[in-house]
Amino acid sequence: MTATDGAFVAFERVQKSYDGENLVVKDLNLSMPKGEFLTMLGPSGSGKTTCLMMLAGFETATHGDILLDGVSINNIPPHKRGIGMVFQNYALFPHMSVAENLSFPLEVRKIGKSDREAKVKRALDMVQMGSFAGRRPAQLSGGQQQRIALARALVFEPELVLMDEPLGALDKQLRETLQFEITNLAHELGITTVYVTHDQTEALTMSDRVAVFDDGRIQQLAPPDELYEKPENSFVAQFIGENNTLEGVVEEIKGNTCIVKLDSGDIIDAVPVNVDNVGDRTKVSIRPERVEFDRNRLHDDAHTLKAEVLEFIYMGDIFRTRLRVAGTDEFVIKTRNAPDQKRLKPGEMIEIGWMAEDCRALDA
Amino acid sequence: MAEQMLAADGRPLKASLNRALRRQKLRALALIAPLLLFILISFVMPIADMLFRSVENEIVSNTLPRTVVALEEWDADTGEAPSEEVFSALYTDMTLAAEYKTHTRLGSRLNYESTGISSLFRKSGRRVGRFDTDIYTDAFTAGDPAYGDPARWANWMDDGAIRTQLPKTASAYDDWARMIVEVEGDDPLEEEPWDFVFTALYEDANAGGVLPIAVDLSGVEPVSLRAQFSDVDDDWLDVDVWQTIKLYAPEYTSGYFLNSVDLMKTPEGVEARPENEQIYITLFIRTLIMSLSIMGMCVLLGYPIAWLLANLPDRTANLLMILVLLPFWTSLLVRTSAWKVLLQQQGVINDVLVWIGLVSDGNRLELINNQTGTIIAMTHILLPFMILPLYSVMKTIPPSYLRAAKSLGATNWTAFWRVYFPQSVPGIGAGCILVFILAIGYYITPELVGGTKGVFISNRIAYHISSSLNWGLAAALGTILLAVVLILYWVYDRIVGIDNVKLGG
Ligand SMILES: Nc1ncnc2c1ncn2[C@@H]1O[C@H](COP(=O)(O)OP(=O)(O)OP(=O)(O)O)[C@@H](O)[C@H]1O
Ligand SMILES: [Mg+2]
Repeated sequence: MTATDGAFVAFERVQKSYDGENLVVKDLNLSMPKGEFLTMLGPSGSGKTTCLMMLAGFETATHGDILLDGVSINNIPPHKRGIGMVFQNYALFPHMSVAENLSFPLEVRKIGKSDREAKVKRALDMVQMGSFAGRRPAQLSGGQQQRIALARALVFEPELVLMDEPLGALDKQLRETLQFEITNLAHELGITTVYVTHDQTEALTMSDRVAVFDDGRIQQLAPPDELYEKPENSFVAQFIGENNTLEGVVEEIKGNTCIVKLDSGDIIDAVPVNVDNVGDRTKVSIRPERVEFDRNRLHDDAHTLKAEVLEFIYMGDIFRTRLRVAGTDEFVIKTRNAPDQKRLKPGEMIEIGWMAEDCRALDA
Repeated sequence: MAEQMLAADGRPLKASLNRALRRQKLRALALIAPLLLFILISFVMPIADMLFRSVENEIVSNTLPRTVVALEEWDADTGEAPSEEVFSALYTDMTLAAEYKTHTRLGSRLNYESTGISSLFRKSGRRVGRFDTDIYTDAFTAGDPAYGDPARWANWMDDGAIRTQLPKTASAYDDWARMIVEVEGDDPLEEEPWDFVFTALYEDANAGGVLPIAVDLSGVEPVSLRAQFSDVDDDWLDVDVWQTIKLYAPEYTSGYFLNSVDLMKTPEGVEARPENEQIYITLFIRTLIMSLSIMGMCVLLGYPIAWLLANLPDRTANLLMILVLLPFWTSLLVRTSAWKVLLQQQGVINDVLVWIGLVSDGNRLELINNQTGTIIAMTHILLPFMILPLYSVMKTIPPSYLRAAKSLGATNWTAFWRVYFPQSVPGIGAGCILVFILAIGYYITPELVGGTKGVFISNRIAYHISSSLNWGLAAALGTILLAVVLILYWVYDRIVGIDNVKLGG
């Protein structure tokens, strides 16, 4: 298996079934180099937690191998794997003080008292919670508990840390601060991180690579920009960011462009991503901010579509305009709030177009 | 000084708030009033009554009021039985008591303290009506027939001047008249006073009291009541009998409590009871130790079951829960009897052990009618009371704590002991309190399977209530039991903290 050679964490053809009837994880292959921050993103029930639990050792894979630093860990019990873990509900031990919580992993590793105290202090300072050592978890706010949970997962200096929706219960502002802190810490300490989240913004801003999960499979594994700009299938395109979808049939394929005839009869240019043959049905995906309605900014030979403005929404930094295009009422374009930007009015008829490479013909 | 806050209507804010809260409180109180009343009647009052009974001792002074007063002068150190005067008081009291039939009750009461008094009182009650004092009656009626006229008597006894001249007679007549109405159902205006009234009259006259109609009593030979009583039974001259009466004359006594801790009251002070009568301390200690053992067994057996209940998949857990609750659906008596069948020497368990060959046929284990039997049967009966609070506390401990501990490097055992167990302690506390308090007052099971060695203090209390009828002692034992439970509860609160007890949530 050359694909996983030299990887720090590797899933090889992993399958998991809880009940012997349904596969919750189907043929998972994944390899992570050391120091990477990888996020698992996907809808509820797509198997993210299951993967994390298999890696941590709380669930066993029904089939396949999980390798850590080149060694299969299928038969190593959780407490010997040395993997730090942050749980969604923090799982701070309520009967221990913050300092005791942090020194727990050190105690079970039989680390001496003075060493322990130094490490606990360092870990607390790392998350700016130095003055809370004597408190009980119940006396902390959600964000503070989260910081302690993070410190506890890091205090014994694991090389791999798993986090299952650690910020799920926090408000937006706090979440953003902590996102920043977590990525900084992870990079500073050089730890490898597997992070699970529902929140695509979180995934995009924090990660080196994102694995989009659906239906027990990784749909795409790529760095955030690639994921956003070059979705490989229509699930990823729909799931990440806002997206306009038009349906049609492939008319013609010429190298890395193709012509699609929409169901309304209109003709557009697109990049063929996973359409192979002329005559295939396809879903064409185009990001709202890549749509142009100023003829001067389009290619001369670009195909254009007629559109009727339905709604104009002022959002501060951007304008969001909903259009009726090729039989759909849900076509959205976004324009930057610049001084010379035109503000469209409902009822106005315009012509829209885009660069062929921004429009991706995906599976139907 | 801060300015006083005013509400919208100009009153001080504090007063308005208090008024609003008071109305709320009153409404709440009205809602729980029926319950409060019920608790008061069915719980607080019986306990108060029990506390009172454990020290109450009015029976002596109620039954022998004159004797108790006369005895105050008597000094036991002389080694002599009391004087004629005390016996004369006893004569009046005893005659009245015999009519009211209270002398036997007093006899049994004093019998707890000094055996033999019961029969002494019964015998004297039978004989006291036939004392030779009728010669006084004859002497007076012969002296003047008016003394045989009930109406004249009533007149005299209404006259304050005569009453001051004849104090004993007046008091004896009053009690006699009341007795005639209450016991005989007759009218004092139609009945000639009894001999003891004439005895009092004779004594008053001898003491210099002026008779309403002068009678010459010089020819009357005085009757010695002391001799009369000692004729009935020599014991009346026994100093010990009189000491007992005098010792228990006060209306309140510590005697029952002393008895409950194997002590007794003697004229020389508090002393230990004779060796062969010392049972209560042993019984209390045995009750405590056995209740603690039962509690310990319940923790040991209940903890794993509760853990299974809290961690098994729902369907299996429900089935297990039904099994745990099953004992509640069968009668206590049936369950206890089932243990008899299982544990007796020819019972199922011994048969199986013999059949396997672990125990030889001649050496069958004694599993019942001793402490083992009581502990086994009561552990079984009280187990659900341990399992349920444990279960409800364990149910609230999320499995992620154990996972977190293991991910931090703890072995299964360390994760359990350092993380899971401390969080289940409130459940253990609640279960222990429940089981211990239920066990310490348990009655039926020890009675049925405990034999003589395996009974509890409550069995003794029941015995005193229903068989020996020594309610005072039963009350004192009960009070001590209550106090022990409260003290243990307090100690528990000091050590573990009562907030650390959870029944769930
Ligand atoms: N212990 C279990 N027993 C049986 N089925 C399970 C168990 N845990 C999870 N599943 C099932 O496995 C599938 C994947 O669950 P998983 O928890 O991995 O999803 P997830 O991606 O983490 O979802 P979420 O984002 O909601 O946390 C779900 O359909 C779930 O019902
Ligand atoms: Mg999950």
